[in-house]
Amino acid sequence: MKTKLLRLTALVALTGAAALAHAQDAEKVLRMVPQADLKVLDPIWTTAFVTRDHGYMIYDTLFGVDEQGKVKPQMVDTYSADADGLNWTLTLREGLRFHDGQPVTAEDVIQSLKRWGQRDNLGQKMFAALETIDASDAKTIKLQFKQPFGMVLEALAKPSSNPPFILPKKVAETPAGEQIADTTGSGPYIFKADEFRPGEKVVYTKNQQYVPRAETPSGTTGGKHVYVDRVEWLIIKDAQTQANALVNGEIDMVSWVPAGQYAALKANPQIELLAPVPKGMYAMHLNHHVPPFNNPKIAQAAILTLNQEALMRAQMINQDLYNPCTSIYPCGSAYDSGNTAYFTGKPQFEKAKQLLKEAGYDGTPVVLMNPSDFTLLNKFPPVLAQLLKQGGFNVDMQSLDWPSLVARRAKKDLPKDGGWNIFITGWGASDTMNPLYFAPMTGNGEKGWFGWAVDDKLEQLKSEFLATMDEAKRKDLAQQIQTQVFETGLYGPLGESQNYSAVRKGVVSGLVNAPISVFWNIKKHN
Amino acid sequence: MLAFFLRRILATVPVLVIVALIVFFMLRLAPGDPAAAIVGNSGTADDIALVRASLGLNDALPIQFVRWVGELVQGNLGESFFMKIPVTELISQRIEPTISLAALTLVVAVAVAVPLGVLAAWRHGGWLDRALMGFSVLGFSIPAFVLGYVLIWLFSLHWQLLPVQGYARFENGFIPWIRHLILPSIALSIIYVALIARVTRAAVAEAMTEDYIRTARSKGISEARVLIRHGLANAAVPIVTVIGIGVALLIGGVVVTETVFAIPGLGQLTVEAVLSRDFPLIQGIILFFSVIYVFINLLVDLSYLVLDPRIRY
Repeated sequence: MKTKLLRLTALVALTGAAALAHAQDAEKVLRMVPQADLKVLDPIWTTAFVTRDHGYMIYDTLFGVDEQGKVKPQMVDTYSADADGLNWTLTLREGLRFHDGQPVTAEDVIQSLKRWGQRDNLGQKMFAALETIDASDAKTIKLQFKQPFGMVLEALAKPSSNPPFILPKKVAETPAGEQIADTTGSGPYIFKADEFRPGEKVVYTKNQQYVPRAETPSGTTGGKHVYVDRVEWLIIKDAQTQANALVNGEIDMVSWVPAGQYAALKANPQIELLAPVPKGMYAMHLNHHVPPFNNPKIAQAAILTLNQEALMRAQMINQDLYNPCTSIYPCGSAYDSGNTAYFTGKPQFEKAKQLLKEAGYDGTPVVLMNPSDFTLLNKFPPVLAQLLKQGGFNVDMQSLDWPSLVARRAKKDLPKDGGWNIFITGWGASDTMNPLYFAPMTGNGEKGWFGWAVDDKLEQLKSEFLATMDEAKRKDLAQQIQTQVFETGLYGPLGESQNYSAVRKGVVSGLVNAPISVFWNIKKHN
Repeated sequence: MLAFFLRRILATVPVLVIVALIVFFMLRLAPGDPAAAIVGNSGTADDIALVRASLGLNDALPIQFVRWVGELVQGNLGESFFMKIPVTELISQRIEPTISLAALTLVVAVAVAVPLGVLAAWRHGGWLDRALMGFSVLGFSIPAFVLGYVLIWLFSLHWQLLPVQGYARFENGFIPWIRHLILPSIALSIIYVALIARVTRAAVAEAMTEDYIRTARSKGISEARVLIRHGLANAAVPIVTVIGIGVALLIGGVVVTETVFAIPGLGQLTVEAVLSRDFPLIQGIILFFSVIYVFINLLVDLSYLVLDPRIRY
């Protein structure tokens, strides 16, 4: 009797364990390391890439861009504009619901756009041109412009920081200078606030109510299908540990493979390297507000010293990960042009010295900020310092951590009083694909991006670009903008880099090609 | 005893006030601006100004300080600038991994180091002593992260016995908890094994030269009993002191190990807070560490009463 009871107990225990194991297997969990640690949850309050990626998980946008950069409707079903482009009508598609079950209405859209329009550079321009924005019914939004604004669709589809995500009206009423406290969206995933542990884990579950579009997913458009029950962003800071965890099967994917891990992961047969996001760009940014780069000739001289191959090789280590690109737009993209005036991407030290002589450069050291803690950038400055010296500059390379750099770059003082002359940073193709998306493309002095260049012609070209919907004219203006960037020495492109995602081969598939990292359509096979 | 305890508790107040003052003003005077870090790469100077205003950073420093202290006396450490989560909640999320790692490391270190130190003292000058002291030099010399990577390669990637990274909370079961902590605690304990073993060896060796040891031996007590009951017991005060210092160092010094093994503990939280200039979080963590250190020192001092009856407070 006792033996029978024991057997029965064992059988029940085993069955229970098997059922539990089956239940656990049945829930598909994608475990991945995101681009960075998610700290700020409001994609309007910050322009951090990881917050933008978080935004795409839980929010949706009216329009999106496909992998070719073409604008397509997303939350919008139909849209129309009158002949002069001053009046637009957008109609929301059926089935849009927030995570709390409430339908997405035109009022939600309008309030969300208003908040976005207070912070985003392009959003500010759109709202400056806008006369009225109204809801004619629960699903219809009408925009009336007081002046031609040719980038309505591009603004509403803006892929990178800050995208115009649609929030519930009550959340979007949060002042633009404050962070939202509610993460309710209408996107394909639901943020699990109760499981959010900053620095450790961010959890999303599938939004069962989400109705994907019928089109094939491409970029931030098309059907945002979710094939896993749960996505866990695991914060693993150490690059070696990321790689080890992936190889050991503890995680399924690393969103951005650090350059130092590329060769080892490429050689590992268990790992597949994918490039769903197009190449990004690094740039040397100059301070035009203070000497010597307030003189365009001296700014040009700095750009003439650039050796793209040497700079990119030092930073990216492996030749698979970069290529020189002299255009200010992504090479191979719609506005890419080889017409880059004097800039060849190869050093022209004699020309640089000649320009410095003509400009009367007095030998005052230029302060080059080196973010020594930031592994994605810290190998550029020593090489750049040497190139600048060879071009005739006196260089004072100052090492500091990235937070100090971003604080210091906001200072307009002379370098000797705590200001700066040069720093380097990186940008995604989603930022540089359109001159009006690119934050540093400003010539409006102290109201513009750090460096505060004064360039009326650039601003005029941008205004013309904003006003037109004619693609041929835009292409011509994009070319003129590129010429103007080199003319005033606004910034110098260092080259393009390819960021790879690493996945467990045969386990993860379906990554969508997009201008930014998106995590719908991913399948996990196990 | 009670008076001593109360005196020590009261003495923490000026310590914490001084810490609060120093940390608050040093943070504000150091380079870096949390608002600039928050707005991100594409943000502008206007964006920074807007965020600074919303965080109250444009107010005069004394006003900011009074506001912070006002919240502090109500037991409120404030809210993270970035995450908008109370600092107490963020710290409480990270305590368990750090305490677990520190406790296991300490258990491993004491369990290995004290017997090694006693053995070395027993065979003072012999080959065992030299071998153990050689090992302790090695323990001091190997950085925890190097040992961590070696252990991961061997036990996780090669033999696939233990996880590479992460932390499993104790509430989810003892087995996953201990499996995630074995490698990091070994990596972290090596230096403490070396430290405690050396101090134990020196203290026990000194005690073994005392008259009472000769008396004990002359009474015919076994050598093992002499060593432990009389040698080790009388060497306990310096050993406990160094263990106490080790605990204090462990709580704040686990950052490298936490990074290598992706353990979401207080060490990583501190680094993240400093790198992002999250003032309320940095202030909260440093005050928390200060309290911990004061408490550990108090415990060590109280332990002297138990270990050495001659000590009176």
